[in-house]
Amino acid sequence: MTEDIVIRVAGLRTQFGSQVVHEGLDLEVRRGEVLGVVGGSGTGKSVLLRTILGLIRPSAERIEVLGADALTMSDEAREAMTIRCGVLFQDGALFSSLTVAENIEVPLREHLRLSQPLMNELAAMKIGMVGLPRDAGTKLPSELSGGMRKRAGLARALALDPEILILDEPTAGLDPIGAAAFDMLIRDLQQSLGLSVFMVTHDLDTLIAICDRIAVLVDKKVHVATLEEHLNDPHPWIQSYFRGPRARAAFDVGKEAAPA
Amino acid sequence: MVAEVERPQQAGWLESAIEGDRLILRAGGVWVIAAVAELDQLMGEQESISVASVQIDMSDVSRLDTSGAMLFYRAATAFEARGAKVDYVGVSDVHQPLMRLVVEAEREPHDVELPPVNTFVLMVERVGRAVFDALGEGAALLNFFGMTIVKLLQAFANPRRLRFGSLVHQIEQTGLNAIPIVALLSFLIGVVLAYQGADQLRQFGAEIFTVDLLAISVLREIGVLLTAIMVAGRSGSAFTAQIGTMKVNEEVDAMQTLGLDPVEVLVLPRVNALMITLPLLAFIADLSGLLGGAAMSIFSLDLSVVQFLRQLEGAVSLKNLLVGLVKAPVFAFLIAMVGCYEGLRVSGSAESVGRMTTQSVVEAIFLVIVADAVFSIVFAVLGI
Repeated sequence: MTEDIVIRVAGLRTQFGSQVVHEGLDLEVRRGEVLGVVGGSGTGKSVLLRTILGLIRPSAERIEVLGADALTMSDEAREAMTIRCGVLFQDGALFSSLTVAENIEVPLREHLRLSQPLMNELAAMKIGMVGLPRDAGTKLPSELSGGMRKRAGLARALALDPEILILDEPTAGLDPIGAAAFDMLIRDLQQSLGLSVFMVTHDLDTLIAICDRIAVLVDKKVHVATLEEHLNDPHPWIQSYFRGPRARAAFDVGKEAAPA
Repeated sequence: MVAEVERPQQAGWLESAIEGDRLILRAGGVWVIAAVAELDQLMGEQESISVASVQIDMSDVSRLDTSGAMLFYRAATAFEARGAKVDYVGVSDVHQPLMRLVVEAEREPHDVELPPVNTFVLMVERVGRAVFDALGEGAALLNFFGMTIVKLLQAFANPRRLRFGSLVHQIEQTGLNAIPIVALLSFLIGVVLAYQGADQLRQFGAEIFTVDLLAISVLREIGVLLTAIMVAGRSGSAFTAQIGTMKVNEEVDAMQTLGLDPVEVLVLPRVNALMITLPLLAFIADLSGLLGGAAMSIFSLDLSVVQFLRQLEGAVSLKNLLVGLVKAPVFAFLIAMVGCYEGLRVSGSAESVGRMTTQSVVEAIFLVIVADAVFSIVFAVLGI
């Protein structure tokens, strides 16, 4: 079964000064699933994401990404790992001095030796794939709206056809229509590309619409379960999260949309 | 060290066979981005063949990603564009959605090739654009000058709007904190001037006039000009960066919605502070420049302190000092104006802050030197 776990975190402990953020946290992401991560402010959602990416050095018993130990791996192994993980940061984190197409070409240029026309073609395809208009490729990030920047960021994350897609609040700051479209885009891409998605989000609609399992960060640990299981979890924070007024509204809409 | 994408063990391959007017392409192996350069070549060789129909057999493809799928799709479109009929066989269920995704992504037509541009026309166009940009910039800057002066006069009518707290803070930042560096550099320039002057004047046996040279050049020009340039680099750039960062964070917009006037809150204290501190800094620069020159002359010319002072008294009058210092508030106004104006022009990204900061320093120093030249001409005409 180890083959089917793409990210494994065991016994993670993160501490900033005297403040302990994670204590004995265990988490597994299975191949081909969409895992949503939720939690209150300051529970370390982003910290967890950055830990998995190796941007923060934690103390943990074990962090495995695609079967390789992320804590002890060499620099080369780490690079090989980053190639297989695509990351979308909250506001896209596009390089502001490069056009969208050039942004997508950055990983291609760095890790492969391709001719410029071929790179242009690949970039144009990714731009079309994330639903941006073709002329977006020549634009600078500052000329795009927030939603378009996210799509461009997604195109860059997918540039090397990664196996794992890591998303930080993908729908934050989008209007409901744009957010729903972005959800569907992620779902479509995930299904056709067979991606495993690790997603930090607060958007209840996203959680209901596209997440297979939900990881809730409470008490410095993580509770991973499906939505139905979470609804029956007696933990007060989980109850108020999934049974609050906003959650109820999202469920109602979700049920209407998909009566199954 | 650049890590290469892991090479697939089983590279992709492509076989072609022609049966009558029908081209059969059999693809197999791994068609992923790591091998896309080679596969692109393999596919490219086939794309130019002209036939009536094409069959693409993908039954042996073991792994496929969007890059590989794109190559198949591109080949198919190329054949179809020349009237060939294309059908796929053996696309596995796993690869089906991927192929569909790429077809959808490529539905919109590719960018039309831009027509080749004449480089000469391009150059003329760039020059023209740069000229108009520069003129527009000048007009906008002048506009901003006018607006600030109006606001300044309004603020004097209602002194509470001069914002003394902010003013004092800016005076500390731009004045007090700049004293050590301004004094040190002027001292060193004084040393250099005295040394070079003495060296040249010795040839005429006129070493004693080193003191005159030093005093007049430091007091009239170098003290104030050097200070202005240093302040432009130190405080003008800081103004642009501070205001620009606030602009990027939408703090300036927030200020406006709260009924605060950004010019009054951000620009006026900085302009006023610099107009107060730059003359004072210039005065300090004059003193330490003379001090440096004095130290050098006393060592290298064997002058006594008394002789130096007597020569200095004969060489300069209060007028020389004032001619220098009168320029300082004007320079201060220019530097603060440009610094704040470029800061407010920041838009969009953090990168723009850096660009505007550079521009602000260059423009401020340019304007200071132009203003200095204008002063020289005016003083010459007036016989001062």
